[in-house]
Amino acid sequence: MNIIVCIKQVPDTTEVRIDPITKNLVREGVKSIVNPFDAYAIEEGVRLKEKFGGKVIALTMGPPQADAVLREAISLGCDEGVLVTDRAFAGSDTLATSYTLSKAIEKIKDYDIIICGKQAVDGDTAQVGPGIAATLDIPQITYVRKIDEIKDGLITAERATEDGYEIAQTKLPCLLTVVKEVNVPRLPSLKGKMKAKSAVITMWKAADIGGEENRLGLKGSPTEVWKIFTPPPRPQGKIYEGDAKEAVNQLVDAIKVINR
Amino acid sequence: MIDYLLTEEQLMIRDLCRQIADEKIRPMAAELDKTEEFPWEIMKVMAQSDLFGVYIDPKYGGMGGGVFELCIATEEFSKACGGIALCYSASALGTYPIILYGNDEQKQKYLPDLASGKKLAAFGLTEPSAGSDASALQTTADKQGDHYILNGVKHFITNGGDAETYTIIAMTDKKKGARGASLFVVEKGTPGFTFGKKEDKMGIRASSTRELIFNNCKIPKENLLGKEGMGFIAAMRTFDQSRPGIGAQALGIAQGALDHALRYSKQRKQFGQSISSFQGIQWMLADMATQVEASRALVYASAREVDAGKKDVAMHSAMAKMFASDVAMKVATDAVQIFGGYGYMKEYPAEKYMRDAKITQIYEGTNQIQRNIIAMALIKEMAK
Amino acid sequence: MSGIKVDKNKCIGCTLCVKACPFGAMSMVDKKAFVDLDKCQLCNSCVETCKVVHAIEIIRETTRTPDMEKYKGIWVFAEQRKGVVQPVVFELLGKARELADKLKVDVACVLMGSNIKDKAEDLIHRGADKVYVVDNPKLEHFLDEPYARIMANLIRKNRPEAILCPATVVGRSVISRVAVQLRVGLTADCTGLDIDLENGYLMQTRPAFGGNIMATILAKYHRPQLATVRHKVFKEAAVDLKRKGVVEVVNYDNSFFVSRTKILKVVDEVTSTVNITEANVIVSGGRAMGGAENFKMLEELANVLNGAVGASRAAIDEGWMPYSHQVGQTGKTVCPTVYIACGISGQIQHLVGMQSSNIIIAINRDPSAPIFTVANYGIIGDVFEVVPLLTKRFKEVL
Repeated sequence: MNIIVCIKQVPDTTEVRIDPITKNLVREGVKSIVNPFDAYAIEEGVRLKEKFGGKVIALTMGPPQADAVLREAISLGCDEGVLVTDRAFAGSDTLATSYTLSKAIEKIKDYDIIICGKQAVDGDTAQVGPGIAATLDIPQITYVRKIDEIKDGLITAERATEDGYEIAQTKLPCLLTVVKEVNVPRLPSLKGKMKAKSAVITMWKAADIGGEENRLGLKGSPTEVWKIFTPPPRPQGKIYEGDAKEAVNQLVDAIKVINR
Repeated sequence: MIDYLLTEEQLMIRDLCRQIADEKIRPMAAELDKTEEFPWEIMKVMAQSDLFGVYIDPKYGGMGGGVFELCIATEEFSKACGGIALCYSASALGTYPIILYGNDEQKQKYLPDLASGKKLAAFGLTEPSAGSDASALQTTADKQGDHYILNGVKHFITNGGDAETYTIIAMTDKKKGARGASLFVVEKGTPGFTFGKKEDKMGIRASSTRELIFNNCKIPKENLLGKEGMGFIAAMRTFDQSRPGIGAQALGIAQGALDHALRYSKQRKQFGQSISSFQGIQWMLADMATQVEASRALVYASAREVDAGKKDVAMHSAMAKMFASDVAMKVATDAVQIFGGYGYMKEYPAEKYMRDAKITQIYEGTNQIQRNIIAMALIKEMAK
Repeated sequence: MSGIKVDKNKCIGCTLCVKACPFGAMSMVDKKAFVDLDKCQLCNSCVETCKVVHAIEIIRETTRTPDMEKYKGIWVFAEQRKGVVQPVVFELLGKARELADKLKVDVACVLMGSNIKDKAEDLIHRGADKVYVVDNPKLEHFLDEPYARIMANLIRKNRPEAILCPATVVGRSVISRVAVQLRVGLTADCTGLDIDLENGYLMQTRPAFGGNIMATILAKYHRPQLATVRHKVFKEAAVDLKRKGVVEVVNYDNSFFVSRTKILKVVDEVTSTVNITEANVIVSGGRAMGGAENFKMLEELANVLNGAVGASRAAIDEGWMPYSHQVGQTGKTVCPTVYIACGISGQIQHLVGMQSSNIIIAINRDPSAPIFTVANYGIIGDVFEVVPLLTKRFKEVL
């Protein structure tokens, strides 16, 4: 069973701060991490490989330094890393990203399951997974919380819904997006880390994946960021201290006033 | 921290162990201290991360490092919990006799499972009436044909009951005293080999301590490590190798206590300011940090000396164990002091470090015995 | 040619752009901004910081939808589950009506399912001028492929200029496929929608970087413009039983219903009566709750307020509540009217999941807990003392 895990390098959102004077996002010195949801995708891919054999390829699109997340994926059990990187990809929105990754996946060719995290924490769009499935015209099961069975070219999985879950079955090859419940990711191994350090990351440019120029990067991106602004800060709240009963009464009274 | 010029592999081990300590050990430390439950989940994580093999030859499935690598790992784990770290390092103590005295066949048989963490090991020397005086051992191993028959009781055995592979010292010839001791491997499940109840300890409570009971326990003669009569020397040589590891455990406990104290001193406000702004606290912190760094220097240096294959390492490894454990006790006590009344409460982490630190002054040779070793070596050196 | 350009005459060498660039692509050469094109991702960060002298410009050369001006009207994807139109659809209808009135166009809904024709009138009463109904037993359960295929077909035939879709499990899955099939732009989780009357653009505002900044997104040259919106962001449209509209039942042949995916079973796991993303009031517990049994206390408070119980990641990881109740970065993003955080310290990962709630009430022993920085009201005290008192007091006054 060959598995492709699509991962993304994101800024650690817990470290992102707003400059109090310029009101700009301070990204200086913020470290880059593997998108937390992708950690579950990596783990699920590696578990499937351990169960069914085959290999796991980690795939990402980004600047050359994004090879760090591929190395991390290898340290966690992935076999290979593929980085699609090119000036031509700069400015990609989710549509262009889905297309670019799909072209890379077509070039990898031999795969049974593509696994993505349910969304990336920097954009929170949850679009690229289904976008890849649609571009490749393969079926998808989104928000997978458990893989029940893979047999005879069919996969059965539990998909988390707002009210519970449903059990879906689809044909391979397919794309899954996974939620946190699906597993507990392992920590890297020493052997994995050593392998990651010396691993050769495959680098593909636009020409290598053979995409239509019109569908890449800025040109292939219908959406543009027109304006970025800082949301108005929340006004200082009213904090009650001291006797709990008194505090509770004051609080409830204050809310009642607002609701009127 | 002084830059000890770690290699890239050593940095990798440190970072990985730190990650495990922060993500897996720290959240469980207080709970396991309370319940005394053996940390199997965490052992599994360490195993999956290849950490049980850091000091074992790659020929037997290890990562090829030595005592120094073991120390780095033990230090990082101990920062989060000295008890959980001990489960890890006690397995190394049980493994070292096989590394030092096993023949190739024995190594092939036992080391791969120990390196992968599939099995844990334990070392059994101490007996109820043979503590510091290891020559007073009562456990016997009588040779009968192709077998040895073990009888006796070992006690205070770390990992006892939870480990699979035990290296045991027993008397093959009582008349010869210390020269009549031999070293054996005994596997859990061997008929006649049972365990006593789990000890209820002051500290390092996540680790298990039990009696090993041998009642006509029959083991094949292939389980003898080295030659008959070498047991006592083997034990001493094992300790020479393992003492820096105890030093590393103590070092980690000290560093962990210092880290908590430092953080707390910044948060805690009295008289309208952080207590870290008071010179009385600052001087305590400065002394603690200096002592920790000095013990690190000694532990690392002695571990590197062992790995370099130097012959007489007993004095320096005894110095490392003794100094680091005395520092751990002092620093952990001072950390409680900085936490004030909160430090005395179990809800805060400080007191656990103090309880965990104490054992490092006692086991694998009390610090009094360590001083004997150092003094003996000094006098011997002068006589040369 | 698309790309980034620095006007050296305008650049004053202030280095703000160097600090702003997350990719390390900006540097100063001869005291002027210089872009390393190999590193630049055209993310717009530098353009934003250079708002005083406007020395940096990103030139966009893009494709466009043919006959763009022929796309008219605002659509809403009327998601139903088990034959019930989801409340979020009515919230979207309220907004769609407002946008359509600005543009002087119609609002239409797309309603797909099995045996749902009779629900079309409800949508008209809530502000739709037209409802496209695709009613087929094969649409009983949500399936990505037929839903996306039919939606794309309806769009191609009828050309709406914008489509609003719930940011739900179903909505996000289907609309992402539709966007790719039509090759148009899609903006996720909008918290603000407006019309640029001069150009007719849909101005889609959404939080980014965990709500630390807001970004307004445009898809200037592609139609329709697709946006998803979460629960509780907009106000539900009022019911007007006198409203009239057109219901158009659209029939498709079998090829449209083909699906490689089958739903074998649907299981509801209702641990509390209300789904937290739909709840008006959420009472959430954190690590300080100390154990699963103590969540009873929160349930009692939630019951009095007709709300749901949430939990922080710490509480979920302890196994005190099921994952479906987790609020925060790796759980659910919620924006109820009232959010009561009990014994939650307020790590940034939690805050991003709840800080857009209208009223936040925090109860915590530690006055320096970050949760108080976002709270409208707070009580410094022990949850075990405060929560029962709150329950009692609310019972008295409500």
